[in-house]
Amino acid sequence: MTTSTTTPTSNSIFGGKAVNYVDDRVGTSKIVRSFARKIFPDHWSFMLGEMALYTFVILLITGTFLTLWYQPSMALTTYEGSYAPLFGQQMSHAYSSTLDISFDIRGGLLMRQVHHWAALLFVAAIVAHMARVFITGAFRKPREMNWVFGAVLAILALAAGFTGYSLPDDLLSGNGLRIIQGVLLAIPVVGSYLSFFLFGGEFPGEVIIPRLFIAHVLLIPAALLATIAVHLALVVLHKHTQFPGAGRTNTNVVGYPVYPVYAAKAGGFFFVVFGIVVLISAFVTINPIWNYGPYDPSPISAGTQPDWYIWFVDGALRLWPGWIGVPGMDGGGIPTEFTFLGVTLSLNIILPGMVLPGLMIGALFAYPFVEQWVTGDTREHHILDRPRNAPTRTGFGVAALVFYLTISLAATNDIIATHFDLSINDLTYVFRTTAIFGPPLAFWITKRVCMGLQRRDRDLALHGRESGRIVRTADGEYFEVHEPLAPAERWALVQQEEIRPLELDPSVKHSPVEKVRARLSSWFFEDRITPVTPHELEAAHHEGGQEGEAISDHESRSAITGSGTQEPAGQQ
Amino acid sequence: MKDQHVGTDVAAQGGGDLPDRFANPGVPAHRFRTTDTDQRAAKRAERQVAALFALSAAGSLLFIVSYFAFPLDETFASVERSTWTLGLGLGLAILALGLGVVHWGRTLMPDHEQVEERHDIRGTDEDRAAAAAILQDGFEESGIGRRSLIRNSLIGAGALLPVPAVLALGDLGPRPGDALSTTLWAEGVRLTRDPDEQPIRAEDVTIGSVFHVIPEGLNESDHPLEEKAKAAVLLIRLEPGEVEDDPERDGWDVDGIYAYSKICTHVGCPVALYEQRTHHLLCPCHQSTFDVTQHCRVIFGPAVRPLPQLPITVDEEGYLVASSGFPEAPGPSFWERG
Repeated sequence: MTTSTTTPTSNSIFGGKAVNYVDDRVGTSKIVRSFARKIFPDHWSFMLGEMALYTFVILLITGTFLTLWYQPSMALTTYEGSYAPLFGQQMSHAYSSTLDISFDIRGGLLMRQVHHWAALLFVAAIVAHMARVFITGAFRKPREMNWVFGAVLAILALAAGFTGYSLPDDLLSGNGLRIIQGVLLAIPVVGSYLSFFLFGGEFPGEVIIPRLFIAHVLLIPAALLATIAVHLALVVLHKHTQFPGAGRTNTNVVGYPVYPVYAAKAGGFFFVVFGIVVLISAFVTINPIWNYGPYDPSPISAGTQPDWYIWFVDGALRLWPGWIGVPGMDGGGIPTEFTFLGVTLSLNIILPGMVLPGLMIGALFAYPFVEQWVTGDTREHHILDRPRNAPTRTGFGVAALVFYLTISLAATNDIIATHFDLSINDLTYVFRTTAIFGPPLAFWITKRVCMGLQRRDRDLALHGRESGRIVRTADGEYFEVHEPLAPAERWALVQQEEIRPLELDPSVKHSPVEKVRARLSSWFFEDRITPVTPHELEAAHHEGGQEGEAISDHESRSAITGSGTQEPAGQQ
Repeated sequence: MKDQHVGTDVAAQGGGDLPDRFANPGVPAHRFRTTDTDQRAAKRAERQVAALFALSAAGSLLFIVSYFAFPLDETFASVERSTWTLGLGLGLAILALGLGVVHWGRTLMPDHEQVEERHDIRGTDEDRAAAAAILQDGFEESGIGRRSLIRNSLIGAGALLPVPAVLALGDLGPRPGDALSTTLWAEGVRLTRDPDEQPIRAEDVTIGSVFHVIPEGLNESDHPLEEKAKAAVLLIRLEPGEVEDDPERDGWDVDGIYAYSKICTHVGCPVALYEQRTHHLLCPCHQSTFDVTQHCRVIFGPAVRPLPQLPITVDEEGYLVASSGFPEAPGPSFWERG
């Protein structure tokens, strides 16, 4: 049993009484020992997740500020604030208090805009982070569950965004709610009941704003915080992934310690993100609700867009044709809404408004497990794939992104039409076509580009860098001198495994599932470039020697063999 | 089926003493920064960091001064001035602080790459066996496996418990009833302008004009917004003969004045954009386009059903009135609308 502690080192400023007082009661020294010098690898793309975390913190800070004045009530009041054009008008307390924050609280408009910009950036950072995790294969074992938590976070972020967007009770967000209600109504059997439950009766009712408010400021942030805690705890538990490079293996982490340098860089980055968001918000207006007026179900203005992260649903709703017929002849052909036996089934709303987003989210959750099943790869992966080295996956990622961006941009078709003086109908046809044919084309192109990049890597690893120096031999032959790569440089180009498709043993009878899996596996891996082997490099040098590559046999051999044989990275 | 499929090309082998794969050359030698090797560079970096911190302090001062120097009066200009100066001050205060710390970390804190070994995430086989044994012991100690009466009654009680929890939400809203199909429109209800409820004479509706219409008495009703969300109507006058004949709709217009529901049959946005030349109504939300000359049939976009028509006539004082309610539910589709 300890009675008192001794000072660890005489000259440490952390050996004082106060520090020991805490350690006696909490055991902080053990925590510091195990965490303070934890190593994190460095790469710019690892900052995307940080950015998502930091914008969330900004949202908590600025959101709390806004709640000091915002009134989540749909009760009507007469506006008597500073904004003259709306003076004396009837509006909800929600709208009027948002005007007060904007016009009568010093710094209020700034905080509203910081909150809104941070929200837009929050979702953008999450999407970019997910794209990074996807195309580098960071979701592979043991991180599949953390991918799932991340996808939950993405959905929660959308929910947080949408509930907050509706709170000012202005004309634009009110129309957004109306669309949500229209989609709810279309749900078979229970649609009108769900709508009446959510809105406390008919649309818009008097309870939706307070209900969205409690979701926005309590339920969703609490769920976000809890999920973020798990997400980050798993990052610490798994240790961060790292890009391939000299000295980096599947069983180590190479980077900088948390304390002090990583803490300084990451902590400083929080203030950089915060500062930039504040500067944007100071000078770029976002969501000028005073221009829209209070919500009224009858008026609407042209060019109504939700916040960007809802575009993909809104765009899908725009693209789905009510009548499927000959292009240019919408309104004829087969309807996508059916009335039978006294009920109405609105496929024109359910499919793009609910089924499609459901499928997209389902695919997001399922991908790591599907890929693992197809590839049969159940090993742990801590070294990231360079996107080019996994052409099929990268192709999927780009195809998904093209689809997502196409249907998202479709939500701005009216803005594009008016800005560029184009026909809204033609634009819609272009978007419909792109949504269908764009992704397969993007998949194919991306895969070819990846293979090309792999070939270039291979060429570089085999023959070295073009030096630009042309040499003429005594025989009158010309050749360009290639400079060999240093082993550390070459390693990044040759470290990947050559992954072969699963092969079925022809002498054994296989179940149909196994056959499907083998076919998918061979489709996944059939196009592949073998990484350069030491033997090939030596052969190239040998051959190159005759062509005059400026490398002696002796040099090449020592460069190839390196420090000795080592288990291939990834072998467990 | 082979699960492991890491391979090297067999054909590539045979190089005598050469391995199948390259060896990881190990972490390259550390490269020192100028701030590590040159005291003057380090001193310069130190001054840069301090300058950024000073800039941050200046930003805070700008915020403090602006807070008092630029009060909000009744003008938009005062709001802009205040937002710009406060935002510039706060933004600089935060950004410069962050840049200073990052610059400090990048130039002056040690950047020696360090290697940390990963540890197995899974427990050892011994851990697993011990954990399984603990759980099994506890399971048996609790008796939940043996005492089926306790187990089954617990399952029964647990299964029932969520029902009260869900039922407690039963009064979130009333049942829809026929609320989605009924509006304030009925025989004799005057068509009035939105929002001031001025009644409309037939002769006021000139050719090519559009009136945004609400039923008389809407503003005094119990729930004006809810009623408006169903009952909003567009009034349009077309040249005689421009509209296709439809015997079913005989007498629903007054001399070429037609009243149509303004609520989109897709997801309920107001179909407020009227293109005079083509007589098309466009919903700005999802671009459903309705042709007034074809009784608001859908000619483009995601909507399927035409906008419902409100049959109208003229009362004895010459004002436009509804001759009945909508013949069908206006607005977006729902399951039981039929």
